[in-house]
Amino acid sequence: MNKNLGTTRDGFGKALIEIGTKNAQAIVLCADLTDSMRANWFKEEFPKRFLEMGVQEENMVGVATGLSLEGKIPFACSYSTFLINNALGPIRSSVCYSNANVKLIGGHAGITTGPDGATHQALEDIATMRVLPNMTVIVPADQEEARQATHAISKMIGPCYLRIGKYEVPNSTNPDNKFEIGKAKMIHEGPDITIVTCGNLVHIAKEVAESMCQGKDGHRDICIDVINMHTIKPIDKETLLKSLKKTRALITFEEHQIAGGLGSAVLEVITTSDPELLSTPVIMMGINDSFGQSGSSSQLLEHYNLDHKSLEQAIIKVVSLKRRKEK
Amino acid sequence: MKKMLAQALTGKKNQNPHRQIGNKVHIHKKHLNIIHTRDEIRALATLIRKEIVLMLLESGSGHSAGPLGMADVFAALYFGVLKHDPLNPNWEDRDRVILSNGHICPVLYATLAECGYFPKSELKTLRKIDSRLQGHPHYLANKIENSDNAISHPENLPGIENTSGPLGQGLSQAIGVATALKISQKPNYVYCLMSDGELQEGQNWEAFLYAANKNLNNLTVLIDRNGIQIDGYTEQILPLESIVNKLSSFNWNVYVINGHHVDNIIDTLEKSKAHRLGPSVIICQTTPGKDVDFMENLPEWHGKTPNKKQTKDALEDLRSLRGRIWWE
Repeated sequence: MNKNLGTTRDGFGKALIEIGTKNAQAIVLCADLTDSMRANWFKEEFPKRFLEMGVQEENMVGVATGLSLEGKIPFACSYSTFLINNALGPIRSSVCYSNANVKLIGGHAGITTGPDGATHQALEDIATMRVLPNMTVIVPADQEEARQATHAISKMIGPCYLRIGKYEVPNSTNPDNKFEIGKAKMIHEGPDITIVTCGNLVHIAKEVAESMCQGKDGHRDICIDVINMHTIKPIDKETLLKSLKKTRALITFEEHQIAGGLGSAVLEVITTSDPELLSTPVIMMGINDSFGQSGSSSQLLEHYNLDHKSLEQAIIKVVSLKRRKEK
Repeated sequence: MKKMLAQALTGKKNQNPHRQIGNKVHIHKKHLNIIHTRDEIRALATLIRKEIVLMLLESGSGHSAGPLGMADVFAALYFGVLKHDPLNPNWEDRDRVILSNGHICPVLYATLAECGYFPKSELKTLRKIDSRLQGHPHYLANKIENSDNAISHPENLPGIENTSGPLGQGLSQAIGVATALKISQKPNYVYCLMSDGELQEGQNWEAFLYAANKNLNNLTVLIDRNGIQIDGYTEQILPLESIVNKLSSFNWNVYVINGHHVDNIIDTLEKSKAHRLGPSVIICQTTPGKDVDFMENLPEWHGKTPNKKQTKDALEDLRSLRGRIWWE
């Protein structure tokens, strides 16, 4: 389909070396998943600033807190489901309550993690991280965006959660459209419906938008606003509301539990911003209160209705609801 | 000596940070080599106990037994060993104190006030709304870019170095601080204060396992072995013994001391600092509720505060020390 494939974890790993070269305060901690988190590249370059923690997440987050109190910039890396779920106590009270400058890097996030199965597919991490005061939550869409996001979080001061994965996706963001924390990217424009998405699904939304706008596959022309909401907290209300006031139809699209994730964050904005938007037809696409399972990434996306076809069907449904309402 | 004791215990309001005991003026600047005598440190521990009892009466909630039990250790650490400067809490060369069992913060707050970090009058705001003396210590990291000295946020209570409350989280933070100091090749020393009941938390054992193998010879952990926790005696709730064997087998340098014996505390702290082969842990055997007769050794006093009558009795105990001559 596309030659330009890459993973968000590769973008993260590349950025770490660049940051390590420029900033002597950068320290990387990893809980026995060094190669898999792409922290091995930093380790090879800067062995003295790499801390192999062994299989322990709570202590890793605590040690990262202590490092940050002394002015270091610690990047604590593990698979998201272990990092977030095992170390939620220290993340809440040691890191967030102190507003400590700790960067939490969660790998293998989302259903696209694939064959490892449900134990390794983080599907609740966005929800748990975004309810914590002081926390910034970022989900990059492709390798280049992950690289830029890693640079951005190394420069901001305060706790941050970066959600990355191992699924190979095409570069769907324009590398010249610089990543800025809290500033969503409009990657496709149209008046009919708004799709808000993040992470590994951004490219799917973009491809669907491109194909539907051209009226391929027998569809009527539907032209779509696709918002890459890479920063889930603080969320970009302005871009979101501007688009919704134009389209008056919404789909949220994420590889995460529907409860508490990107979709919930978007609806929180709508319900508290503009009473007129409350009648907007909405479909929230995500994992519907279940665990994942083993399978290839593309099989799982299809199984959990997060593939191109499912998105197209949802678009047609929401747009027809909207048009019926308008008549 | 008796005159000094009388003045110290009943005495005049002390001016911080220049305190008068007897006819000597002391400035709490360890780095200026003004060192308290051990008798003075013992008297200071009793003063700290009095402050703790008064604070807890005022707050009406909080923990009594642990703070009273650790008063000698805190007095010995802050007045006999620690490199710090209450007039300059961000002093770059200061040692770091990381508190893990945040619920004993009345003893930390009272000690810091006694050192002159902030006015003693503020102790009365413990657990009150908008106070810097939160029920469990709150430390807000400062947003200063590219500084490799820990500089406290202006909103923080001066002298505290970390947030603490949920048990089991402090040792990891202390290890992080010690590691950062090593990476930056700084000589500052790190002390971490923990409780015994807290050792039931798994994160501590991750931390013990980790630190022993990282040559962190700039870290000493002090464990308050007072034998009680909220639900009862530790050895009945979830036995911890033998702590010495457990920690020795984790490759820690272990000491066991009487946590009320000031000489013993100071000498052991100095010994542990001289140990260069890795981190040390000092198990401080203490009496919970120490020197308040009706509180001593009773788990029920772990998490409750004295009423007015009890406070009066407690202060009476502390004034007379039940007829014992306290410096013997």
